[in-house]
Amino acid sequence: MRKTLGPLVVVVGIMFVAAPFLIAQAPYESTMGLIQKIFYFHVPSWMAMYAAITVCGVSSAIYLFRSRAAADRYAVSAGELAVLFGLMGLITGPLWGRKAWGVWWQWDARLTSALLMEMIFVAYLLVRKFGGPGSEKLAAATALFGTATAPFVYKSVDIWRTVHPKTSVVPLLAAGSMPGSGMPFALSSIAFVLLFVVLLTLRVNLAERQAALDEMYLALED
Amino acid sequence: MSFRRLLIALTSFVLLSAPSFAQQAPPGQSEFVPIKDLPPGDQLPAAPLLIAAYAFVWIAAMFYMWTIWRRLNKVETEMHALAQKTARR
Amino acid sequence: MFMRTAWLVLRKDVAIEARSWEVLTTTLFFAAACVLVFAFALVKEGQAVADAAAGILWIAIAFSGTLALGRTFERERYSETLRALLLAPAPRPALYLGKLLGMLVLLATAEALLVPMVALLFQAALFSRPLLMAGLLAGGTIGFAAVGTLFAAMLVRARSRDVLLPILLYPITIPVIIAGVRGTVALLGETPDEATATMWLGILAAFDVVFVTLALWTFEPLMTE
Repeated sequence: MRKTLGPLVVVVGIMFVAAPFLIAQAPYESTMGLIQKIFYFHVPSWMAMYAAITVCGVSSAIYLFRSRAAADRYAVSAGELAVLFGLMGLITGPLWGRKAWGVWWQWDARLTSALLMEMIFVAYLLVRKFGGPGSEKLAAATALFGTATAPFVYKSVDIWRTVHPKTSVVPLLAAGSMPGSGMPFALSSIAFVLLFVVLLTLRVNLAERQAALDEMYLALED
Repeated sequence: MSFRRLLIALTSFVLLSAPSFAQQAPPGQSEFVPIKDLPPGDQLPAAPLLIAAYAFVWIAAMFYMWTIWRRLNKVETEMHALAQKTARR
Repeated sequence: MFMRTAWLVLRKDVAIEARSWEVLTTTLFFAAACVLVFAFALVKEGQAVADAAAGILWIAIAFSGTLALGRTFERERYSETLRALLLAPAPRPALYLGKLLGMLVLLATAEALLVPMVALLFQAALFSRPLLMAGLLAGGTIGFAAVGTLFAAMLVRARSRDVLLPILLYPITIPVIIAGVRGTVALLGETPDEATATMWLGILAAFDVVFVTLALWTFEPLMTE
């Protein structure tokens, strides 16, 4: 991953510079107009968050059952990124909803469960920070429960009638009903996922440096 | 290539996209579409919300990169100090 | 061996509790106080807001459950008996199950007090479909207690454990509480909506299966240092 980081940063940078141009050129959606363009950042934010949750959950499981220190570093990095991208999704959503639905927030299945999922990962970070020694394992268990909620959140709009659009809307908006919107959406999605990969690598590197520092302190005591 | 340099490179790419926001204003279409059941007098302009949404994403990403940079600096300074202390022994 | 261990742990907990009834009485009193606080908060012109009864019931269960979890495991921590339990040649998941059963007994007792109290104070027809209501209560309590027992056990050795338990517990168990409340509200309508209540009961069962499985799976690595 290290060797590809340089070129990857360049790619992500270019994508984010290009995104607003392409989004501005995308066609207007018939009922919502301009505000629908938040879609190009809102959905990819949640895609990145799901990627972060998956990485966090898998590495937490590996850390719990195999006690591999590297897994713990990936878990904490992915946990921070899950909170970050979740916050992006939770802010862009209501900004869109204020215009489209007239209210900032609704307690429907999708919004409530998404908020809970974000809170679980905030709790994950709190446990790591304030739990004292040995809190990595406790946090790992929390992450596992958080990851288990993810399928519920995703499916909630399809099972219940909510004010939030269903998952089937995404392929429609991305390609079907709006012919010009496939490209910006694909670009934004890939850009966000790549941004996640870049930030994850940077954060894991920080964790490794911190671990190296701890090793140096331990070696000093000998 | 050190990670700090990469961090700086990424941040500058992100900042480079700022001029593209000049293109965000819609080219003459009305700024909002009426929501059903609401009288036209209650409409909200969409542009500020859209800009706020995009701005938040940028700011959040850059803030996070800044925190990584700050923590990395702290770790590196401590490491150098420690290395000097052991070298002196 | 597995069920016998769980049964022995349960018996031990009940026997210790029977000496002083400390946790039981304080939990019951706290649950009653909880109901009263919400009653005063949600009263308008001498009558509680409609549909408040279901929410009040489940919130009282959640809050008193959190308190009971903290108290029960504080007892374990104080006498270092948890380490003794872990040293015993018993399967770890069985220890978890025993602790879970103890919590369920405690919460069931609290609910035996809470349900008639809420039904009385809020004129809520909680007994109109007793089987479904019992099912909802059982499903919700098992889900809540499963997650709670796991987290309370693992926080025994952590710092700031008192405040960390609610922080960890509530986001994960709120879906269970929501399902319980929605199911109870369905039963409290003009004509009890059995179909909706049964749907929520199904969702509770799904949560219970997922949570208990996850908890049994992660208990052992969590308790190992």
